[in-house]
Amino acid sequence: MTSFYPIAIIIGVLIVALSIASGLIWLERRLLALWQDRYGPNRVGPFGLLQVVADMIKIFTKEDWIPPFADKPVFVFAPAIIVVTVLMTFAVLPITPRIIVTNLNIGLLFFLAMSSLGVYSVVLAGWSSNNKYSLLGGVRAAAQMLSYEVFMGLSLMGVVVLTGSFDLSKIVEAQRKMWFVIPQFVGFVLFLIAGLAETRRLPFDLPEAESELVAGYHSEYSGMKFGMFFVGEYLGVTLISALIAVLFLGGWLGPCLPPIIWFFIKMFLFICFFILLRASLPRPRFDQLMSWGWKLMLPLALANILVTGAVVLAHR
Amino acid sequence: MDAVFYIAAAVAILATIMVITRLNAVHALLYLIVSLLSVAVVFYTLGAPFIAALEAIIYAGAIMVLFVFVVMMLNLGTKTMDTERTWLRPRMWMGPCILTAILIAEVAYLLFKAGAATQGAAAVVPKQVGIALFGPYVIGVELASMLLLGALVGAYHLGVGKRERLETPDVIDSDATRTASGRNPVRPGAGGSSSAA
Repeated sequence: MTSFYPIAIIIGVLIVALSIASGLIWLERRLLALWQDRYGPNRVGPFGLLQVVADMIKIFTKEDWIPPFADKPVFVFAPAIIVVTVLMTFAVLPITPRIIVTNLNIGLLFFLAMSSLGVYSVVLAGWSSNNKYSLLGGVRAAAQMLSYEVFMGLSLMGVVVLTGSFDLSKIVEAQRKMWFVIPQFVGFVLFLIAGLAETRRLPFDLPEAESELVAGYHSEYSGMKFGMFFVGEYLGVTLISALIAVLFLGGWLGPCLPPIIWFFIKMFLFICFFILLRASLPRPRFDQLMSWGWKLMLPLALANILVTGAVVLAHR
Repeated sequence: MDAVFYIAAAVAILATIMVITRLNAVHALLYLIVSLLSVAVVFYTLGAPFIAALEAIIYAGAIMVLFVFVVMMLNLGTKTMDTERTWLRPRMWMGPCILTAILIAEVAYLLFKAGAATQGAAAVVPKQVGIALFGPYVIGVELASMLLLGALVGAYHLGVGKRERLETPDVIDSDATRTASGRNPVRPGAGGSSSAA
């Protein structure tokens, strides 16, 4: 039984993560419709829930075309990177004290490493497609994700200073008295924005801006290879929401309800917030995006670490 | 752990050989990323999880993205691949290979003589790394940070200088700016020789 438990956890986390990610396709369309005063998908199954199944069947039966001018091995390999790196990060995510695949003592750093490797998926997809629009999308993605990663890591260091550990379970345990969203509010806002940029969701979707770049880095992708980018994006949204819940809102901690319910309530709160942002915000220009990241967010993140460090030292 | 170490080390060596022999620059960079990641695994098995994470974040995740970024912008074609092909003739790599073989032989001799242990004694936690860096090695850390700051200021200076030169053609239409700048501006499409103006 003891040797069987970890394998059950791994399979369970994989299935839950993937089904939430594909369920988000339905959730996003319904919520966007709600905020835009229309119905959204409501024909297939109850509340249109089976729309996801219909979409999946459609995407599996589509022709999976590799352009003859593309760099074949890299073209095939690129969509897998995003899904693999995001799914790997779910391994260090503490859902409850018992439901965690591996309790790595550098869990937070592992997440940062995996998210920085996820960039390659988009960049290589853009390059290997051998298409101007794809390349522009890839170049934009490289610049955007590199600059937002810098303060993403820095915005989390306040939490690390307060906890004294990179271990995600210990970070949750350290929030028993007060959730980190209160003492680390600046870090919370910075991480939210950086997370949004890492998942390339709407205010930050310049790598695939439809109005200017066709579909950006995945212009040449079709069938299930496009599906990988699609699912990868929703997996990323799920992951970032779960991490915000773990790092700033006390993860599984909460009164009355069992830990796992609290975790999912907090996670879905942020998933819905991400979708609301997509429904309400316009897309900035690329130079605005870059100067915002380097000139505003980075100094704020550094000041946050300085103040947090000073306060922690003063209290000791 | 021993097996993990040897597998990761073998992958690192193989990937590095592939880096050298690839003709396509992006493919070479991809193998370099694999090599760096396997070195991160090697660090982890040797009991340095913090360094392993930094290797993946900084080298594989940040510096290599910049390399890929630059190579993508250069858009190297078949011409560079031909140049690479001429560089990879046996005549070119025989010399370095012989020298490296001598070094490898020396390292192998020293290892067998000392009967060295391949693995570290205990895992080094991030806190210990921080205490070491800002304790006995603080001068090294400060010197490195000053050097990086200098490089940053230099790069910024170079970037700004270029932008000013590019922006001047926008304002050449007024006579006041032409005399103020004190040189003969070249209008776009004027044939490239300054005497034309």
